[in-house]
Amino acid sequence: MSATGLITGRRWAPVRVMAQTPIGVVLAAGFMVVMFFVMIFAKVIQPYEFDYIDLLARMAPPIPLEGSTWAHPVGTDTLGRDLMSRLLVGTQTSMLLALLGTCLGAVLGVALGFLAAHKGRLWDEVIMGLVDFQAAMPWFIVALAILAFLGNSMLIFIAIMALYGWETYARITRGLVLSAREQGYALAVRGLGARARWVYLRHILPNIAGPLLVQLTVNFPSTILFETSLSFLGLGIRPPMTSLGQMLGEGRDYLINAWWLAVVPGLTIFLITLCMSILGDWLRSKLDPSLEA
Amino acid sequence: MRWAAIKIARAGITMWLVVTFVFFVLRISGDPTYMLLPDDIDEATRDFYRRLWGLDKPLMTQYWSYLKALSQGDFGISFRNNLDAFDLVMERVPKTLLLTTTALAISLAIGIPLGILAALYRDSWLDRGVMAVAVFGFSMPNFFLGILLILFFSLNLRILPSSGSGTWAHLIMPAATLGISFAAQFARYTRSSMIDVLSKPYMRTARSKGAGLARRVNLHALPNASVPIVTILGFKIGELIGGAVITETVFAWPGIGRLLTNAVDTRDLAVVQCIMILLALTMVTANAITDLIYGWIDPRVRVGAGASQK
Repeated sequence: MSATGLITGRRWAPVRVMAQTPIGVVLAAGFMVVMFFVMIFAKVIQPYEFDYIDLLARMAPPIPLEGSTWAHPVGTDTLGRDLMSRLLVGTQTSMLLALLGTCLGAVLGVALGFLAAHKGRLWDEVIMGLVDFQAAMPWFIVALAILAFLGNSMLIFIAIMALYGWETYARITRGLVLSAREQGYALAVRGLGARARWVYLRHILPNIAGPLLVQLTVNFPSTILFETSLSFLGLGIRPPMTSLGQMLGEGRDYLINAWWLAVVPGLTIFLITLCMSILGDWLRSKLDPSLEA
Repeated sequence: MRWAAIKIARAGITMWLVVTFVFFVLRISGDPTYMLLPDDIDEATRDFYRRLWGLDKPLMTQYWSYLKALSQGDFGISFRNNLDAFDLVMERVPKTLLLTTTALAISLAIGIPLGILAALYRDSWLDRGVMAVAVFGFSMPNFFLGILLILFFSLNLRILPSSGSGTWAHLIMPAATLGISFAAQFARYTRSSMIDVLSKPYMRTARSKGAGLARRVNLHALPNASVPIVTILGFKIGELIGGAVITETVFAWPGIGRLLTNAVDTRDLAVVQCIMILLALTMVTANAITDLIYGWIDPRVRVGAGASQK
């Protein structure tokens, strides 16, 4: 191929990828980009302070409805706080917690998975026993009990989020490592005298990263549901802070007079989980064609 | 048989871990007399209650008497209303069982046929439609779905009650709320499992022998496709119970979930402890049964496990 051909090929590559990608996936990716933007800049772009109380502007409906104002495009809540600002900050909290929870869980699970595969019988038994234990208790219910009795500090909440879902990574990693270790490249590197840690981190990890990445994408929506469910019950994020689940839980008491207080945050949670699921499915079909049979 | 014994031993160890975990989490959370008794009470009364609840003994002694009590089926007394915690929980079991089994039945009745159809007509509009709906159902948080249903059927149309559990009409919305996301998941698992099986050589053989579509699906494909579905079913029971907690809260359904959230609110140690242990027992039993069924439908599992033990 000529040099110009290469350059044009390269220039048009993003557009070509876009054209080959289903429209739903492109939309989902676009939405998630906006959500990640909100996650970083919510406090900068909020039109009001999210906890600024204006009792004169209570329960304003969102825009298309009668009685709405442009001052509060998504309406206000029972204390006259701007719903747009609360939505932005709530999204920020939920997204940050889900991202942190997913990543910490992944690191913990992958590390334990490697350990179980590498250390041999005893460690393997202990770690797999912990996996069984984690799978035996619905973690959501354990979390309820822990938050109720140990109190609700941010640190405990993050720890609970991190412990959610680690067992899946551990199980996947262990299986992948056990099979990857016997493959030619790993044997070859070991034969050349590389230390175990080097083989695992530099050679095996990059090779098994695909399925783990898919699991990360698949896990993100359930982590966000985990956080919003706990906050919905009043046990996760609590006032004065806010998250999407906390907003929804608050709004549930005003369904008759102000349904949008529950529907707006609920719809946001739904859209985030939906878009991440679409992206996860797409990524899985791209990275792991064997799953698509 | 050895294979079954190992499974049961593992289940026992898991149960012991759960029981120990529950004990220590609930005990390190601080002195219950401060949570439960009024603040202005004098030390002597506090001591009286500590002795009454056995909190003055060393932790290990407490742990042993706790294990001993559990093995005799004694889960302690609810700190709140002085009733036996086990009785309080058992009273709620039928309602939760009704809700979860209905939801599970709905999800299997919707999910499995749709999954089979999607697999049979793979890449058709039917397949795409079913899978698109499944992604929606799967992503819908059940607390939000519950609220939407209440808004529509209770507040707008006024045809279904929004809370309580008096009549069959009360069951419709909670069961649908809990069942729909599972229906979506089962549709997906069934589809991929069926697609996997349909491409197997024995399906071609069956076809070349002249077996009709219904016979091929029911006798050749389904038994093989059901193996992964049964496994997943076992894993989903925990999610089902977690979902029930939320659903029961949204619809004020008087089951275990409501009891748990109330007990958590009032810090009723014995009730929370009892619910957690009984749930773990349910889960461990369910997983063990799943494993046994798994071995029963798929003899390779039995043989494989037996061979690797030698």
